[in-house]
Amino acid sequence: MQTVKIVVTGPFNSGKTEFIRAVSEIDVVSTERKISSDVERVKDSTTVAMDFGRITVDEDLVLYLFGTPGQKRFDFMWEILSEGMLGFIVMVDSTRPETFREARSILETFRAYAPTPYVVAANKQDRADAWDLEDMRVALRLDGKVKLLPCVATNRETVKGVLLELLYSILAEMEAGQA
Amino acid sequence: MALKGNLKDFTITQLLNLVNLARKTGTLVIEGSGDIARLIFRDGKLAYAQYGQEENALASILQRSNKINATQYRILKERAANMTDKELGLLLVNAGYLTQADIIESLQVYCADVVRRLFTWVDGFFHFDGEGELPEDRILVRIDLENLIVEGSRQLRELEQLQEEIPSLDMALKFTDRPGTNIRNVNLSVQEWRVVSHVNPKNTMRQIARFAKMNDLEIRRVVYSLLQAGLVEVVRPDGAPPAPQARMFPTTDRGEQKLLVNRLISRIRSL
Ligand SMILES: Nc1nc2c(ncn2[C@@H]2O[C@H](COP(=O)(O)OP(=O)(O)O)[C@@H](O)[C@H]2O)c(=O)[nH]1
Ligand SMILES: [Mg+2]
Repeated sequence: MQTVKIVVTGPFNSGKTEFIRAVSEIDVVSTERKISSDVERVKDSTTVAMDFGRITVDEDLVLYLFGTPGQKRFDFMWEILSEGMLGFIVMVDSTRPETFREARSILETFRAYAPTPYVVAANKQDRADAWDLEDMRVALRLDGKVKLLPCVATNRETVKGVLLELLYSILAEMEAGQA
Repeated sequence: MALKGNLKDFTITQLLNLVNLARKTGTLVIEGSGDIARLIFRDGKLAYAQYGQEENALASILQRSNKINATQYRILKERAANMTDKELGLLLVNAGYLTQADIIESLQVYCADVVRRLFTWVDGFFHFDGEGELPEDRILVRIDLENLIVEGSRQLRELEQLQEEIPSLDMALKFTDRPGTNIRNVNLSVQEWRVVSHVNPKNTMRQIARFAKMNDLEIRRVVYSLLQAGLVEVVRPDGAPPAPQARMFPTTDRGEQKLLVNRLISRIRSL
């Protein structure tokens, strides 16, 4: 059995667990624990270990999706998780500009780990207070070449769209590398 | 029991706070990556500061603060070489050259400046010794630490923010190829020019910092402003040993790898 992995990262509460849940064929294995500190009381439980989803491709190929714990105090795990990944997705909550800076920082951190392709998912685009993509691109200081994709993690089609764009980038990179 | 540790765990600002609150007397020695600094406190106030090998005798401090000119400095160096700072100070005041206030102020400005420079040290061993001897021949000052602590916390916050913006100094820089930006038309500071002159995908920011003799805070500050101005972008360094890539794919065959990605694509499409 062959396995490959894609990492889903982003700030706390950006929708990583939801994203993986939308496409995983197993219940997302995440070690969730009640968090009671004030800062993190946005929702009542948060991922402290990591999310873990699976998509079986065929008899001998499985794709694993790993969600990273968002909080800085777990960032020692990021490098381990990023080892050998095909690429990564940075989830950003489009309704919370106060997290953009952190998203940017997470992106830069992962970029430093490995030269793999990545895409940025502007999540929660279904919400009325979501920022427009063009504005997010500026706020996140994303170069025109970086894919910034609209996403609603609770909607499987948009999640598929994000994963596909990442895979297209991976393929494009391989073709460019071979030329 | 002597107080010792690493600045990574206990910052300069925290140390000053401790000295201030506990009204400590003693010597704090900090060994940074390149230099050693020595601060002496009396009753929780800064009394004396020495930065590396930097000349900190009274005459040179007075010249630095423009209380005496270069010629006067040279004469003092020659004629008063054997005098202690205390003797020299007394001589200058008695001769009507300077007032006592002039001398104290120059020394205070210098000592506070040494502490400010230490704020950029984020790594290094420190050691506080309550028994240390006071330098008999030097004029000691009394500087309240509160203002320095506030300044230091501000700088620390800046450093934290810059670390967030530029998490890894092992990445390199390259000039953006945006049309219309010409580096020659931008007004850069000397420090910024020094960095700009080393911008090359082959050099990591850490290497540039070393070439340009800057510490982590300084290089991040400069890079941040260049990034904000859209002049440079952060890239992976050229020629860096490739990250462990072999494990991305279960196969090393390029053709099979592509096939594998195509299998993933059709599977996801079918979800
Ligand atoms: N409206 C909306 N809510 C979302 C979306 N994605 C996630 N959420 C909600 O946002 C909260 C945080 O999502 P979660 O996946 O736990 O975030 P994580 O901390 O990144 O794993 C949860 O209440 C989700 O149901 C989305 O696209 N739209
Ligand atoms: Mg989660």
